[in-house]
Amino acid sequence: MKLSVWTYEGPPHVGAMRVATAMKGLHYVLHAPQGDTYADLLFTMIERRNHRPPVTYTTFQARDLGSDTADLFRRACLDAHERFAPEAMIVGASCTAELIQDDPGGMAETLGLGIPVIPLELPSYQRKENFGADETFYQIVRALAAPCARTETPSVNLIGPTALGFRHRDDITEITRLLQDMGVAVNVCAPYGARPADIARLGAAHLNVLMYPETGESACRWMERELGLPYTRTVPIGAGATRDFAAEVGAALGLAPALDEARLRLPWYSASVDSTYLTGKRVFVFGDGTHARAMARVARDEMGFEVVGLGCYNREMARPLRAAARDMGLEALVTDDYLEVEAAIEAAAPELILGTQMERHIGKRLGIPCAVISAPVHVQDFPARYAPVMGIEGANVLFDTLVHPLVMGLEEHLLTMFREDFEFHDAAGPSHHGGHAAASGEGGSAPQTPRSISAKKTEPDGGPVEVVWLPAAEQELRKIPFFVRGKAKRNTEAFAASRGETEIGVETLYEAKAHYAR
Amino acid sequence: MTESFPPPPAGGCSATPVLKQRGQHEVFCGLTGIVWLHRKMQDAFFLVVGSRTCAHLLQSAAGVMIFAEPRFATAILEETDLAGLKDAQEELDRVVHDLLARRPDIRQLFLVGSCPSEVIKLDLAKSAERLSAAHAPHVRVLSYSGSGIETTFTEGEDACLAAMVPELPATTERELVLVGALPDVVEAQALDLLERIGVGPVRVLPAPRADSGLGIGPNTVFALTQPFLGDTLGALERRGARHIPAPIPVGEEGTTLWLKAVAAEFGIGPDVVDRVTEAPRARARRAVRQAAEVLSGRSLFLFPDSQLEIPLARFLTRECGMHAVEVGTPFLHRQILGPDLELLAPGPTLSEGQDVDLQLARLREARPDLTVCGLGLANPLEAEGLTTKWAIELVFTPVHFYEQAGDLAGLFSRPLRRRDALKVGAA
Repeated sequence: MKLSVWTYEGPPHVGAMRVATAMKGLHYVLHAPQGDTYADLLFTMIERRNHRPPVTYTTFQARDLGSDTADLFRRACLDAHERFAPEAMIVGASCTAELIQDDPGGMAETLGLGIPVIPLELPSYQRKENFGADETFYQIVRALAAPCARTETPSVNLIGPTALGFRHRDDITEITRLLQDMGVAVNVCAPYGARPADIARLGAAHLNVLMYPETGESACRWMERELGLPYTRTVPIGAGATRDFAAEVGAALGLAPALDEARLRLPWYSASVDSTYLTGKRVFVFGDGTHARAMARVARDEMGFEVVGLGCYNREMARPLRAAARDMGLEALVTDDYLEVEAAIEAAAPELILGTQMERHIGKRLGIPCAVISAPVHVQDFPARYAPVMGIEGANVLFDTLVHPLVMGLEEHLLTMFREDFEFHDAAGPSHHGGHAAASGEGGSAPQTPRSISAKKTEPDGGPVEVVWLPAAEQELRKIPFFVRGKAKRNTEAFAASRGETEIGVETLYEAKAHYAR
Repeated sequence: MTESFPPPPAGGCSATPVLKQRGQHEVFCGLTGIVWLHRKMQDAFFLVVGSRTCAHLLQSAAGVMIFAEPRFATAILEETDLAGLKDAQEELDRVVHDLLARRPDIRQLFLVGSCPSEVIKLDLAKSAERLSAAHAPHVRVLSYSGSGIETTFTEGEDACLAAMVPELPATTERELVLVGALPDVVEAQALDLLERIGVGPVRVLPAPRADSGLGIGPNTVFALTQPFLGDTLGALERRGARHIPAPIPVGEEGTTLWLKAVAAEFGIGPDVVDRVTEAPRARARRAVRQAAEVLSGRSLFLFPDSQLEIPLARFLTRECGMHAVEVGTPFLHRQILGPDLELLAPGPTLSEGQDVDLQLARLREARPDLTVCGLGLANPLEAEGLTTKWAIELVFTPVHFYEQAGDLAGLFSRPLRRRDALKVGAA
């Protein structure tokens, strides 16, 4: 048993729902007890879908458990087939039904529905949502895709976008447009928007664009093996990765990469003098493996930040993420326990967090600005406006996203200059941080973090340093803007400790400042 | 005082045949009750023994609240726990010991059963007994099931309270117990009204803390403030307490009749209630009238969700002038809802349980002006041009008693006013 308050991922059948809901003409019959329909509202509320997810639940109850749950499942299949007339069906069990071992696949097969019925084996007690999506899509592709003649002109499939995906809707538009500029057509985009019939003609493309390895890699691997369809390794998030991606597609299709860089504003915005203040800002990056890895590159190479922490919650992406972290001189944090993430963030003392909904709240608690770069996300990250993270416009969106939580150069300069002023005094904080920042900035002490029930019992390494701040130094410390004060305090204390000093005076503060200057 | 309501229909819907259907239920399971219960019981912790699905459900239902270090969590079953039952009990002991060591403020711990724990027949009652002994006297460990295979949404509260009743101390005092978790502000209003009427002493179940002194005995009388408390009612009766039948106190009429029934039990006449409640009744009527302008004459369809549907339909038809097409409820407890059914004019289909696709077919046929349903259905129905009011809000928002009557009507009028206000079209 594992004690858990927050989960980064749902159970694997939610991943299957993400595939089913993304597609059209496909229906999912899920052997599940009453209550599992809660997952519908993720799609109707968070993603604001205007239709019910194409899922029929058997809704078995305690009194059915003796004998007729299998019969309930059969009837649900027949009803769903008649009512929704899908082109294909996927069938499977939720965590509870997995325990009663009714074998949905076998039962559905005996019904002879006359359409492809694809059984799903999703181990609910070992794997999670992303695996569910990846495995479901792989099974659908394996069942429906067949070798077929290649299109005459170069074309690709877009593989991996699903329902409830972070910015998947707009990434599809952006990548489609980017490929268009190169004279490449999209054969099929799947699972998002595809019908079972479209899956059957995946083989007509010349190349698969693997947009999201989390949800499409197994299918891509299978298609490479069985249909001779290569797939792209670069995920085009950020200006550099987009250029690499265009080069990769060009090389695979024998075309000259053509990017419409007239729309690309990130490099100039990042080079402009107002961005100088971004140099060396310490960022902590956490999310799904794909986004975390891509954002770390953007943060370091395109924004000029210093990446001080990099991690992901999906262990499927642990290997590539570890490699990326090593490349940055870091050790990757692979965990699905948000308390570990919180501890790592506290230890790294970043000035900006790039993360998920959870990191946004951790940031709030610690008084550190945060931008959301990965699922799980809430309703505000399914925006009405066009907001891709991939491609040219995606890079522009990222610049804004990563910069907005920070105080920009001129504002930071003014804030520092007028910090004794009544309006810009220390505790006021920047206006867009609301009231919370003021409280967390007070006195520069460590922010209050609610003790957690599932926290690890280990002490933070080294334990607290026993140093005393002399009043004058403390006064001086308060003059440092609150959003860097934590780091300054920590650095000074570490500096003092390293020199064996037990008291910190103004002198020590400035010695430390000089020591850490960049 | 009832001049603003239609005269009570003779017998109301008491004898109306109830449409019972089986099929897909688009409802929450009883685990959801934790989200509001833990806030009422300040020294309690709710530990769900279940799967990642259960944790995910609580996360989805609790929304932003989950970040406030709430007093609930899930012990997620892993593959090793499913291999042998003995391990599962040991694992649970370990998790509980760790949890209580970190949260010394906890005095009541609820082990909440889920579908997976029920299916593998993990004996949580025995675990609770063992853990209670291990952590006595500081912590009392109880168990109940909030599983979807046994409970629907608010029935989770019923299961929780029913599990507490046998553990409450015995008393011979003649006391009134208000049963059902109400928002603090509503509870305060109810207690104030009862005091002014002269009813007392009054206690509440669930009590805010384990040591609040609530006892049950043969002289206890109790009134329900929520309709979904069938098992709790049974458990209280088994301890000799007596139920005061009354409509559920929503709306001006329901609140007044509820107060009168309670007052009568204490030998206080309806005239006293009328006198004490004159001002709040007038306020409630004024507030409801404003919202009712939009609601009057409109048709209403309620999907099953919380068991509050019948009292709400009674309020919306009698005090707001709506007419009900169908009133769905996950479970119809006649001993509790008898008084409400008697007030509900015949006409609507009463349905218990659900086959959601068949119910949606009836809805599309009826095309009501307002549909009360869950969040999984609301946006899809709006996209079909139907106006909806999502039901879960009725459980989280203060809606009971006089001062909330206007707010309650407002919850239903707002979607209709919004539809009239938006000029850009949708879907």
